[in-house]
Amino acid sequence: MQFSSFSEFIDMGGYGFYVWLSFGTTALILSFLLVSSKAGHQKIINEIAKRQQRDDKLRQAREIRKQEKRSINEVTE
Amino acid sequence: MWKWLHPYANPEVSYHFTNKLLPWLSVLAAVFLCIGLVWALLFAPADYQQGHSFRIFYVHVPAASLSMGIYFAMAIAAFCSLVWQLKLADASAAAMAPVGAAFTAIALITGSAWGKPMWGTWWVWDARLTSELILLFLYLGVIALHSAFEDKNLAGKAAGILTLVGVINIPIIKYSVDWWNTLHQGSTVSKLGKPSMALDMLWPFIVCFIGFSLLVGVIICLRFRNEILARNSIRPWVRELVKTHKNK
Repeated sequence: MQFSSFSEFIDMGGYGFYVWLSFGTTALILSFLLVSSKAGHQKIINEIAKRQQRDDKLRQAREIRKQEKRSINEVTE
Repeated sequence: MWKWLHPYANPEVSYHFTNKLLPWLSVLAAVFLCIGLVWALLFAPADYQQGHSFRIFYVHVPAASLSMGIYFAMAIAAFCSLVWQLKLADASAAAMAPVGAAFTAIALITGSAWGKPMWGTWWVWDARLTSELILLFLYLGVIALHSAFEDKNLAGKAAGILTLVGVINIPIIKYSVDWWNTLHQGSTVSKLGKPSMALDMLWPFIVCFIGFSLLVGVIICLRFRNEILARNSIRPWVRELVKTHKNK
């Protein structure tokens, strides 16, 4: 152990500000990257799910229209 | 070797392989980083000239060498994707770019915070610092190109070409301290033969370096997984997967 007390550890022999600035920004940047990369998985899955639902709805609508047309044609004939 | 590698060119296999790899990598990264950082901050001796400011070394140097290493890996992936049209190589290059950019930024910020007490200035336009800054801009350019096109293949091609052109910057960064007179000190760790460093400083550095490398692996795996899903969204296996994972 290089430090005899906690305040000495924080002070880092007078270089505390620079040392903790370095370690702090590193921790901040890396944890942001880690969390956003992890969260991206669920986000992409939800996006794909939404697109699938929209596609399914469009397909259903198309089929309904087709059926309607067919029934109209049958009536007019 | 090709026979062994071949199945990994399949996005579904790669996706599941990455998923299986992730917990192991994460645990290893956490263990190495915890040991390494505690060692570096509490137990490693202070430098006889630089005092405790030397502890910045334990994040600065791994970040800087990883920023170059990731770029090199990204260039290999870009090359594979341009020459053999491997779509997964494209996905991995896209996954690596933001990680590399983050580590370049960390190297620059920690370098500044180390330079202020040691050199008396946050920044100088010297060869090492400037070429590392250019590396950051290269990464940002690659990220921008990846997201600039709706068509991911086209985006991958454009970003790949920029990546390959930018490779020239890597030896410039690496040897800048030998080629020019710079304020930045010469390399201490990677000197061929014996590193010019005391062993009780070298060991915590090695542990930190392995820890950061593993963390890079974890983040790249996480992003690679996302890239695979985004690029294969219409495949049946992704549709199945989406059904089971939706809004969990």
